[in-house]
Amino acid sequence: MKNKRSLRFLAVLGVFSLVVAACGDDGAEFEAGELGAVTVEAGEAIQIRSLNAISGEVAFLGIPNERAVRMAVDDYGQIAGHDVEVGAGLDDLCSAEGGQQAAQTIVSDDQVVGVIGTSCSGAASGAMPIIADAGLVMISASNTSPSLTSDLEGTAGENYFEGYYRTAHNDLFQGQAAANFVFNNLNLTQVGLIHDGDPYTNGLTTAFENAFTELGGEIVIHTAVTVGQTDMVPVLTEVAATAPELIFMPIFPAEATFIVQQAGDVEGLGDVAWMGADGISVENFMNLPESENMYFSGPDTRFATNTNESTDLSGEQFLADYESEFGEAPSADFWGHAYDATTMLLDAIEEVGVVDGDVLHIDRLAVREALTAISGYNGLIGEISCDEFGDCGSSVISIFQHINLADHQASKSNILYTYPES
Amino acid sequence: MSTEVAPEVAKTRRFKFNWVDSFLWFVRVVAIIAITVGIVGSFQKFAAGEGPSAVAWRDLIISSISTGSMYGLIALGYSMVYGVLGFINFAHGEVFMSGTMVGLISATLLFNNGFWESNPLISIFVVLLVAMITSTLVAIVIERVAYRPLRGAPRLIPLITSIGVSFFVQYSFAGLFGVALRNYPPAPPRLAADLTVFGTTFPISGTRALVIGVAIVSMIGLWYFVTKTKTGSAMRAVAEDKEIAGLMGIDVDKTIVTTFAVGGAMAGVAGLMWALLFRGVDFLTGFLPGIKAFTAAVLGGIGNLPGAMLGGIMLGLFEGVGPLLVLDGLGIPGVSQLKDAVAFAALVLVLIFRPTGLLGERLGSEDRV
Repeated sequence: MKNKRSLRFLAVLGVFSLVVAACGDDGAEFEAGELGAVTVEAGEAIQIRSLNAISGEVAFLGIPNERAVRMAVDDYGQIAGHDVEVGAGLDDLCSAEGGQQAAQTIVSDDQVVGVIGTSCSGAASGAMPIIADAGLVMISASNTSPSLTSDLEGTAGENYFEGYYRTAHNDLFQGQAAANFVFNNLNLTQVGLIHDGDPYTNGLTTAFENAFTELGGEIVIHTAVTVGQTDMVPVLTEVAATAPELIFMPIFPAEATFIVQQAGDVEGLGDVAWMGADGISVENFMNLPESENMYFSGPDTRFATNTNESTDLSGEQFLADYESEFGEAPSADFWGHAYDATTMLLDAIEEVGVVDGDVLHIDRLAVREALTAISGYNGLIGEISCDEFGDCGSSVISIFQHINLADHQASKSNILYTYPES
Repeated sequence: MSTEVAPEVAKTRRFKFNWVDSFLWFVRVVAIIAITVGIVGSFQKFAAGEGPSAVAWRDLIISSISTGSMYGLIALGYSMVYGVLGFINFAHGEVFMSGTMVGLISATLLFNNGFWESNPLISIFVVLLVAMITSTLVAIVIERVAYRPLRGAPRLIPLITSIGVSFFVQYSFAGLFGVALRNYPPAPPRLAADLTVFGTTFPISGTRALVIGVAIVSMIGLWYFVTKTKTGSAMRAVAEDKEIAGLMGIDVDKTIVTTFAVGGAMAGVAGLMWALLFRGVDFLTGFLPGIKAFTAAVLGGIGNLPGAMLGGIMLGLFEGVGPLLVLDGLGIPGVSQLKDAVAFAALVLVLIFRPTGLLGERLGSEDRV
């Protein structure tokens, strides 16, 4: 008896829902693709999110990224009569766990179209499976690990997911640039490498190793420190035993600080040259007397005369706006990348959005297709074209030597090498 | 009844094949073989002229001993509190951190007016005093606010409280000083150079000699305090049995405060040593050394003061020299990132061979039951 009644109830419910569905379809031409769609009702805002490392030791990297996202949203203005809302800035904690947790928060709101982030490659590897699964897109301004996109020869990296894009360079470029510089310009052939186990640092040392061995140089040691390690004498003893001419350590400021400060205590490192990457070409590390004469590789940030085609803002104007709004210069080099990433996402939304009266439909698959199709887009960082694995960076790497402890800008304009060589 | 059961138990023990025991024997044998093979491998490498030179090995050992003596000084605080109250005070790492953080203010002031360069030893003494006073005060306040109200509560409760206190102190310092890594001024050149006494130059930098010297002096001072003074005797009595000590007219609360204060002062000394060795400090500085020092206390035998010091030095040697000596000899690449793993593996191995630690634990009557 009970079963029969509930069956009848189900049948009624089924018919009823069919009727409702049929009524709902009346008048709407929009049909969602296989990843679903976001419907922005009248008077509501389009939701995007910022996911960056805004706390802890790597906050210097994430904070300017998040600020640039907000500036780009303000400059861009409304899309089809709807505001764009970033909401509270989310924190990727510069770790896979942090990225994963924040991604869960993001996908729990089904109105979110896309994410600008993460700051750290490690965080992206945790966030992307969830973001991709929910059909969102994520554009990073500062992830550089090759594992997140591809090896640039058509093979996807182990952490590649559809829906991932980045405006930062792929570190295969940076590894090649650094290797060329050391081998051809400094004429050194024995190099030691130190990473810290993070996909960014490990990816970059591996890229360097491959490029450098290809050129004919020798990697005498490829070792690692752990994040949070302070006693560097053992690792430096291990490195010194192999007598490198140059040590390339693309790691983060805390560990790099302990390394350069303790290098003086270790026999055999007196004449060695030091080289870091974009993770440590920052204020507090470059203030250390021990960092003088070090070489740094990183994205070329001579963006002053470039203009973003969506907002008509120039690099020079961006820096002036940033300075007047926040009272300081950006603390890391990826502000232009973050600004362009945001305008690219907003452009894509505007392009694929279907206006239905006051309502805006955004098809998720169409957003991905629009981003992948980007070609010849003029951004602050230069001309941007995306490949099929989401690499959109303009990929100009420059290497400078830190010659002026007091004036970091003077050091940063002391560029010794630019890649690709023109 | 129990007299009847006892021979029964002894019998089963004698004849039953015990899986756990045989597994432990297996681990012991494997560990000894692996360590022997590793060391032999490293010696062969050394004989072939590869790997670190003799000078590099010597420097590495000296640096490991100086790091280890810092762990030892922090470990004293864990050991003393464990001896008296029977719980692990996880906030002790933060007591150490507060000393270095506040010491940094005085060091920066001295550096800015040039005193640091002109009178390095006096400056370091001032920083030492500031660090010791801060750590002592923080330890006393923690005892008064967080642990005294819990006296008599089950032991898990102060243990969990100590973890809470640890976070509280960390993030108070993050709020006061910011989260960025801040640096002590570099050691004055006279001190950073190799130690010269009466014209003889020793192959050890002045800073490291100072660190090891300060550790030895502190240890001797503490040993004298605990064994020869009245307050020290009271501390030992309270550690033995709180109730009886109270009945004998010892002020138990006062003695416990003294224990925390002395442990805090030792942590303050360790704070200065951190400043001389590593220079960089932030609000999380206390975490890892705290865990390492706790390990050192267990390694040496918890509750045992010479054990804590020895445990610290051994731990410093294990983690500093161990990766290169054993793991590199086994042919494992990138051994330095396994430093912490080696330290904790050493703890496990020592406890498998000597379950009560290197010098044996000293427990109060309540714990021995």
